[in-house]
Amino acid sequence: MRRALALLLLAPLLLGATAAKPVLVPDVSRRNIQIAYSFTGAELLLFGAILYPGGREPDADHPADVVVVVKGPAQSIVMREKEKVAGIWVNAARTRFRSAPSFYAIASSKPIAQLVDDRTRAIYELGLDSLQLSPASGATAEEQARFAAGLVDLQRRQGLYYEAPGAVEITDGVLYRAAVDIPARVPVGRFTAETFLIRDGRVLAAAVREIDIRKSGFERFVEQAAEHDSLAYGLVAVALSVLFGWAAGSLWRRF
Amino acid sequence: MDLYLPVANLSVNALVIVLLGGGVGFLSGMFGVGGGFLTTPLLIFYGIPPTVAAASAASQVTGASVSGVFAHFRRGGVDVRMGTVLTVGGVMGSIAGAGIFRLLQASGQIDTVIALIYVLLLGSIGGLMLKEAVGSIRVLRGAKPAPAARRRHHPFVAALPLRWRFYASGLYISPLAPLLLGFGVGILTVLLGVGGGFVLVPAMLYLLGMGTRVVVGTSLFQILFVTAAATLVHAMTTKAVDIVLAVLLLIGSVTGAQIGAKFAQVVKPEYLRLILALMVLAVAFRMALGLGWRPDEIYTIELS
Repeated sequence: MRRALALLLLAPLLLGATAAKPVLVPDVSRRNIQIAYSFTGAELLLFGAILYPGGREPDADHPADVVVVVKGPAQSIVMREKEKVAGIWVNAARTRFRSAPSFYAIASSKPIAQLVDDRTRAIYELGLDSLQLSPASGATAEEQARFAAGLVDLQRRQGLYYEAPGAVEITDGVLYRAAVDIPARVPVGRFTAETFLIRDGRVLAAAVREIDIRKSGFERFVEQAAEHDSLAYGLVAVALSVLFGWAAGSLWRRF
Repeated sequence: MDLYLPVANLSVNALVIVLLGGGVGFLSGMFGVGGGFLTTPLLIFYGIPPTVAAASAASQVTGASVSGVFAHFRRGGVDVRMGTVLTVGGVMGSIAGAGIFRLLQASGQIDTVIALIYVLLLGSIGGLMLKEAVGSIRVLRGAKPAPAARRRHHPFVAALPLRWRFYASGLYISPLAPLLLGFGVGILTVLLGVGGGFVLVPAMLYLLGMGTRVVVGTSLFQILFVTAAATLVHAMTTKAVDIVLAVLLLIGSVTGAQIGAKFAQVVKPEYLRLILALMVLAVAFRMALGLGWRPDEIYTIELS
């Protein structure tokens, strides 16, 4: 009885607290991306609405910013660093990252460094220098930082990691949209699209949508066969090469 | 025309790959080599992961050698007994090669080792071929042929126990010699994605002392079976054979090989050997530069 009373007294406060917070209603243009023979990458559109309590933006002169992050499935990787030994370049140092994202794209309405401080960036993994890679213990902090920078640089040039400051458009402080390019090299699996609403260095609201990237049809069949029926797959590969060689030989002898 | 490679996980321009296969096939038809030593580096250069490149290039060599084997069979240019011994050694070698491949991959040195073997092998064989080709062109131009220091076979081969008769090759030697030779070439096939003809043919001529009439046919016979075995071994261990990539390469290379073979008939064989020697040396030189120069990518990523 007493508890119910306390709750009743608290209710306006609780409601007030939730109601004061804006809510994000995000969506993505495609929940499924199928990789087929002609796949050369895809463009993903992330869009949605910011719902303010009372239907109005409280402070129109001081708008909130939106950051969207698309992440591929985390992978455990070994990174190797080449060094010149006795005149040739060989792999020398190595380190392990247990949770490197296979794909990472961040788009924001302003450069991310102007929006939040380093601590918040580390918490929400906002930005390429704030990724939580879970390096294996043993390496020094300096070494880890060097390898992390190497990873980001390499993946960035492959088009697998990128930052797009200013790529999120906000219309009337309510609707937002951003386009993210998914290159053909991405691994398959479950991707996440996170959206953050940020004002005054604080994350006001966050929401997540999932996107499945899968191989379909023939590509899926080939990959499955190579993985699970490797003997049959190998035999087919050999048979095909013998057939092609023989067919070409006998065709050309007629000319 | 972009095409997605399901095992390599990237999309390539199909026309480029077919043309690449065609170019290599043309050379292979012209010179009577498999051409794997060109395909693998070119594919890596195009951006295909090295393991997928080596695994898929082996199947291209299979295709390129099929019609050659049939042609040599028809004119009796295959020593089946010798070929079988070489093949048995080669299959054992390709299985051993898969073990070595895995060890090197785990230690992170696979790329360096592949490049080093390429440089040493192609450099030394290219050098020998160049010397031989220059000598025979001189003879062609009227110089006196050097007195042939004819030796039946290498003293090491003669010292091996257990002797078999290889009638077609005109040899009475221990089967251990071709078995070991096949074993070594089998390892190379899995590691480098090459057929190994450029090692096998000189070794058969100068180490075993086989008759020239059956050398090329028998080496093709061995290459056919060992590259097929290497493809199987790759399919089952590294799972890196990309069948779409292999088919694209095959379409180009089997066509190119036929054109190359026609073309070879109008050029003097001495000059052909000179061009091949220069090409082999060029690949070796390019690989050596790659080892010594600062690479574009200091870091490499491998899933674990």
